[in-house]
Amino acid sequence: MTLLEALLFSAGYNAAVVALGCAGFGLAAGALGCFVLLRGRALIADAAAHATLPGVAGAFILAALAGWEVRSLPLLLAGAAATAAVAVLLVSGLTAGGRIRDDAAMALVLSIGFGTGVVLISVVQSLPVGGQAGLKGFILGQAAGMSAADARMIGLLAALALLLVTVMFRPLAALCFDREFAAAVGLPVRALDLALLGLMLAVTVAGLRAVGLILVVALMVIPAATARLLTERLEVMVPLAAAMGALAAWLGAGLSSALPGLPTGATITLVACTLFVAALLFAPRRGALAFAWRQAMLSLTVARDHALRVAFEAAESSPAAPLAWADLGRGAGWSAWQRALLPRWMEAAGWVTERAGQVALTPSGLALARDLTRRHRLWEHYMQAAGGLAPAAAHRAADEVEHTLPPEVTREAEAWLRRHDPARLAEGEVPPPGEAERTP
Amino acid sequence: MPVAPLPVPALTVQHLSVAYDKAPVLWDVSWTTPQAGLVAIVGPNGAGKSTLLKAVLGLVPRLSGEVRVFGLPFAEARARVGYLPQRASVDWDFPATALQVVAQGRYPRVGWFRPLPRAERERARAALAEVGMAEFAGRQIGQLSGGQQQRVFLARALALEADLYLMDEPFAGVDAATERAIVGVLQRLAGEGRTVIAVHHDLATAPQYFDHVLLLNVRAIAAGPMATTFTPENLARTYGGRLSLLERAVAAAQAGKRPAAPVP
Repeated sequence: MTLLEALLFSAGYNAAVVALGCAGFGLAAGALGCFVLLRGRALIADAAAHATLPGVAGAFILAALAGWEVRSLPLLLAGAAATAAVAVLLVSGLTAGGRIRDDAAMALVLSIGFGTGVVLISVVQSLPVGGQAGLKGFILGQAAGMSAADARMIGLLAALALLLVTVMFRPLAALCFDREFAAAVGLPVRALDLALLGLMLAVTVAGLRAVGLILVVALMVIPAATARLLTERLEVMVPLAAAMGALAAWLGAGLSSALPGLPTGATITLVACTLFVAALLFAPRRGALAFAWRQAMLSLTVARDHALRVAFEAAESSPAAPLAWADLGRGAGWSAWQRALLPRWMEAAGWVTERAGQVALTPSGLALARDLTRRHRLWEHYMQAAGGLAPAAAHRAADEVEHTLPPEVTREAEAWLRRHDPARLAEGEVPPPGEAERTP
Repeated sequence: MPVAPLPVPALTVQHLSVAYDKAPVLWDVSWTTPQAGLVAIVGPNGAGKSTLLKAVLGLVPRLSGEVRVFGLPFAEARARVGYLPQRASVDWDFPATALQVVAQGRYPRVGWFRPLPRAERERARAALAEVGMAEFAGRQIGQLSGGQQQRVFLARALALEADLYLMDEPFAGVDAATERAIVGVLQRLAGEGRTVIAVHHDLATAPQYFDHVLLLNVRAIAAGPMATTFTPENLARTYGGRLSLLERAVAAAQAGKRPAAPVP
C-alpha cells in the first residue's frame, strides 16, 4: 500500500474507513483541545489518558473471565473511560482544600494509573486466551489493525463530541475566560466544567486505538496551540485547530499504514508537531520570524532617527560644515550591520544624497529630521518640566520613549508644555536644545 | 432609563460568615445598603472585602447568614445584579476582542445558545462607547493597556443593565483618564437611582467618589453615610495601629485635596 493510496482512500474500504475515523478523531480533538487549553486542563487530560490503561487491561481481564469477546472495542473503551474518570475525580479530591498542589496531584495520579495498568497488562499476558498483543496498540496507537466497525465507532464518538462543542461554544468560551463572571450571571459553571471534562474523556477514549494513551493528549494540545499562534479570535481558532487535528491524524494514519513499521500515534504527533513548528516560525504576528523582523525594523528605524537628528543638529550649529557617513554613524551609535545597511536605505528612501563622500539632507530628509528633533526635544522638555528629571536623565529618557510612542501622546505632551511651561516651547518651531543636548 | 428608588434596600446581609479552611474571612457581618447611591467597601488587605462580594453572589460557600437582594434571595434577583471582577482574575491573553467580552454582558438576557442579535450587539457597542473605548471594539484584549482592560470590564458590567452593581476594585491600577471615565459612569448609575457597591483601596479618594461606606475588617466595623462614618476613630478601629498615616489621609480628604496625581 503506498502513501498516496492510503491518503486518497483508494487502498481498500477498510483502510479508507480507518483513515476517516482517525481524521474524525483529530477534528474533535483539535476543536475540544482549544477549550481544554484555555481552561488550563491540558495536564489533567494527560493524567486521565494515562489512567485509561488499567481500564483497558481490567476490561480485558473481565471479558476473559466472563468468557466474552476480549477484543470488543466498546468494552475496552468503556473500561478506559471508567478508570480515566476515577483519575479525574482523584485529582480534584487530592487538590481540594489545598491538600496537595495541582501539579503534584496530577503527576501522582498519572503515575499510579499508568503503573497499575502496566501491572494489569502483565496479568493479562498470563491469561489462557488470545488477543493480548492487541492491547499494546492502546499504548502507542496502531491504526493498521483497526476494523471498519472500530473506526466507525470512533468517528461516531468524535462526531458527538464535536456537535456538543459546537452547541456549547459560547457558554464554554465564557467559562474559560471568566468563570466567576459566568457564575454570577447564572451560567451553570459546575455543570459546564463537568461537561468539558466529560467531552475530554470521550475524545481521549476515542483516540486510544489510533494514537495511543501516551500521545493522545498531543492531539488536543498541539493543534490548539498551533491555531492560537495563527489567530487572535476564538471563533477562528477552534475550526482551525479542528482542521489541523484532522489533517495531522489523516496524514499520520496514512503514513503509518503505508510504512507498517511506524507506530500511528507517534506519526500523527510528529505531523502535528511539524505544523506547530511551521506556525511558530512563520505565524504573521506571533511567529518567531515576524518578531525578529519587527525587532530589526525597530532597531533600524531608531538608528535612522538618531542619524537624522545628528545631521539636523550639525546643520543647525554649523550649516556649512561637511558631513560624512562615518560622522553620522559615530554620532548615532550605529552597530556594524547598521553601518552596512543604513546608508543604502537612507539614500534609496530619498532622505539623503551623497556626493564625493559628502552627505547632505534632501528636502524630505530635512523635514523628517526636523520633525524627529522636535519630538525628541519636546520629550526632553516635558520630562524636565513635568517629570522633574535632571537634564541628562531627561535626554536619555527621551531617547528611550520617543521612537515607540504614538503621535497623539506627543501632541498631549506638547499641549501640556504649552499650558505649564510655554517658555520651553517656541510655537510651531523646533524647540531649543535641552540643557544636556549632546549627540546621542 | 431612570429607575425609581425602591422601598427595599438594594442589599441586606444578615449574620454572614465565611471561612476558607478554618480561618474566618468574614465573621458575623450584618449590613444594609441605602436604597441607591455609591457605596465603598473599605478595609485593609485580607479584610474580606472581595469575599463579601463573592459571598453575596454565591461564588464562595457561606458558613452561615442570609443575603437579600432587593428583598429577594440572590438567585431570584440575579438578573438585576451586575458583577465586575478584579481585572487580574482573568487571563487577558484569551483570544477575544473587546466587543466580544462586552457582549458577554448581553447573553444572560438573550440566551447563550444563539448568536447575538444585531440590536444587542449595538447595545454592547454603546456600552464600550460610554467608557470611551468605541475605537478599540475589534482589538484583542491582550493588546489593550491595563486601564483599557478595566474599562472593557466596566462596559461588560454596564451591558448587564443591572440595578445593583458589585465592583471589585474598579480603580485598581488604572491611569488618571480611566479613573475619570469610571467616576463618570458611577455618577451616571447613581443618578439613575441604581446602587453601586465597590471595593475601594484609596482612602484619599473614597470620600470624594462615594456617598456611603462600609468599613470592614473581617467584621463590619462601621457603616453609614461617608460624612459621619469615615472618621479617624472608625478608620483606626478598622486598620489597627497605622493611625498617624490615616489621620493624614482623612485630613487630606476632608480638605478636598488629593495627593498629587501622576502626570499628565
